[in-house]
Amino acid sequence: MRNSRIFGVVAGAMSLALVVAACSGGATPAPGGDNPYIAIVSKGSQHQFWQAVQKGATDEAAAKGATITYEGPASESEVDKQLTMLQTALDKKPAAICFAALDSKAATPLLEKAKAAGIPVVGFDSGVDSDIPVTTVSTDNIAAAGEAADKMAELIGEAGKVAVIVHDQTSQTGTTRRDGFVNRMAEAYPNIEVVAVEYGAGDPVKSADLAKAIMTANPDLKGFFGGNEGSAKGVLNALKEAGKEGAIVAIGYDSGQQQIDAIRSGVMAGAITQNPVGIGAKCVEAALDAIAGKTLEKNIDTGYFYYDKTNIDNPEIQAVLYQ
Amino acid sequence: METPTATSQSRMSKMLTGDALQRLLALGALVILFMFFSSISEPFRTYENFTSILVATAVNGVLAMGVTFVIITGGIDLSVGTTMTLCSVVLGLVVTKMGLPLWLGLPAALAAGALIGMLNGVLIAKAKLPPFIATLGMLNVARGLAQILSDVRPIYFEGNPEFYSSFMGKTLFGIPNVVFIMFGAAVLASLVLTKTVLGRYTFALGSNEEATRLSGVNVDAWKIAVYGVSGLFAGLAGILIASRMTSAQPSVGLGYELDAIAAAVIGGTSLSGGEGSIVGTVIGAFIISTLTIGLSITGVPDQWKLVITGLVVIAAVWLDILRRRRRA
Repeated sequence: MRNSRIFGVVAGAMSLALVVAACSGGATPAPGGDNPYIAIVSKGSQHQFWQAVQKGATDEAAAKGATITYEGPASESEVDKQLTMLQTALDKKPAAICFAALDSKAATPLLEKAKAAGIPVVGFDSGVDSDIPVTTVSTDNIAAAGEAADKMAELIGEAGKVAVIVHDQTSQTGTTRRDGFVNRMAEAYPNIEVVAVEYGAGDPVKSADLAKAIMTANPDLKGFFGGNEGSAKGVLNALKEAGKEGAIVAIGYDSGQQQIDAIRSGVMAGAITQNPVGIGAKCVEAALDAIAGKTLEKNIDTGYFYYDKTNIDNPEIQAVLYQ
Repeated sequence: METPTATSQSRMSKMLTGDALQRLLALGALVILFMFFSSISEPFRTYENFTSILVATAVNGVLAMGVTFVIITGGIDLSVGTTMTLCSVVLGLVVTKMGLPLWLGLPAALAAGALIGMLNGVLIAKAKLPPFIATLGMLNVARGLAQILSDVRPIYFEGNPEFYSSFMGKTLFGIPNVVFIMFGAAVLASLVLTKTVLGRYTFALGSNEEATRLSGVNVDAWKIAVYGVSGLFAGLAGILIASRMTSAQPSVGLGYELDAIAAAVIGGTSLSGGEGSIVGTVIGAFIISTLTIGLSITGVPDQWKLVITGLVVIAAVWLDILRRRRRA
């Protein structure tokens, strides 16, 4: 009696799983078919940045006649989950793979397998630190964060204390944006001091607590650089809670509703935006070129923009912002 | 033949080996931390920073109160962090997508939390799942539901400016209301734990579940109620965190359960059940936020902050074990 009930529950759960799988089956087409199949394994699926990359890839694939799948782990620390996804993608024998590694070294054995199987690999975003990828489609984060430093310097009169909040010091985007900003300040602006660099895991509340602690420790702080969407939101929350909106220059990264609103209202001076839709589109384009046997440049720069109140409504900016 | 001195001595030692001792140690540790950071850092001892620490404690403190109930029964609740996320999403949906007033959204968020908690309780009490597994599963269910309901997008409380002002606004001494809500919740939780039947059975379940059952108590029902309380507090935490972000963020919340459990444990709630207090848990939550902010203000690198916070948790549990062994 008891066993049969347990069996019923388990059977019920499994059939639910099957139903869900069947319903979403349309998103994972069988490899083969008429169109070339490109498997895209990204660094995340939840941040809107990654959803914008997906949109660019999906649109480009529809336009060029390719079939794609797009997946990424829930958070950008789940290296192991991403490797499982890469393995699954390989098992489906795609015509090409687009891959943004959370940890390049950890992925090397799988990439060697792809190479041996003759599957071209296109790196994107933070790319893959090896010579296997035929090309890497990415933003030059060092240059972009350097431009944020230039704007910051201009806005605070090239003197005073500034601080940096980034998501972490273990990912390439975290370190390159931090270094791009900090090094540019050190090189070009001797009167600006970077008093603190904190890591808030991209959590808008934890980043806010850190930003408030920095303001408390440095009452004369003149500027904040938030190195990704969550960090920038944290800076904005901190300024609001400390009642210092407008008193401290804030420069952010990427977009999202909160940053866009803050830039329009003047609480945030401006932000760097990458071109996530462009990254997705260029990825698919590069993969198709690789499948066709064309030689590709080692790096494809998808560019970045600094946007503020004055240019936020320009079509070229609007095209790359996400809500 | 007992002399009066011996009696008072044994009472004294009883008091000092109970969870009162751990609470006292935790309070002492908090005071020492405060004095230490205040003496080495001028900005730390400002009123402004004091309020920052209070605000940083609010969300974790409220989560930890609910977890305290569960841990006292000898159970664990790993789902509180993502239940909090789900509740903030429910709140966001009710007031933005459905356009209903805030006073309907708040109880909806609390109800969602209580419901998830009671589901945990049913899985544990009726289906006999180990609490660790049941709530680990629920952690993912709540996280997934939060993402489904929000379409994996943040929900902004636009058109509800009163939401931010009623929770983060400052009505007394320049301290945001979330702090008073946390203290209010603490008083309530403490009263429930020490003065009501629910509280009594919470301790009874943790001390000896079988004896409690044999004395005719409906153990299953009270267990479900206790997990419901944990979910309810997660719901309140969901409201507080949403107010700080003026939005419901479906990707924020994972990992918060560990800080909540750490706060309860540092505050003297024993993972083997039967012991614990809300006062201790609030002190534990304050120790965590004071450490985080103090280390940040004094410029300690992030990686060392992690090491130090981890060591504090280990030390707290070790003290708990030492004092248990001495008693045994």
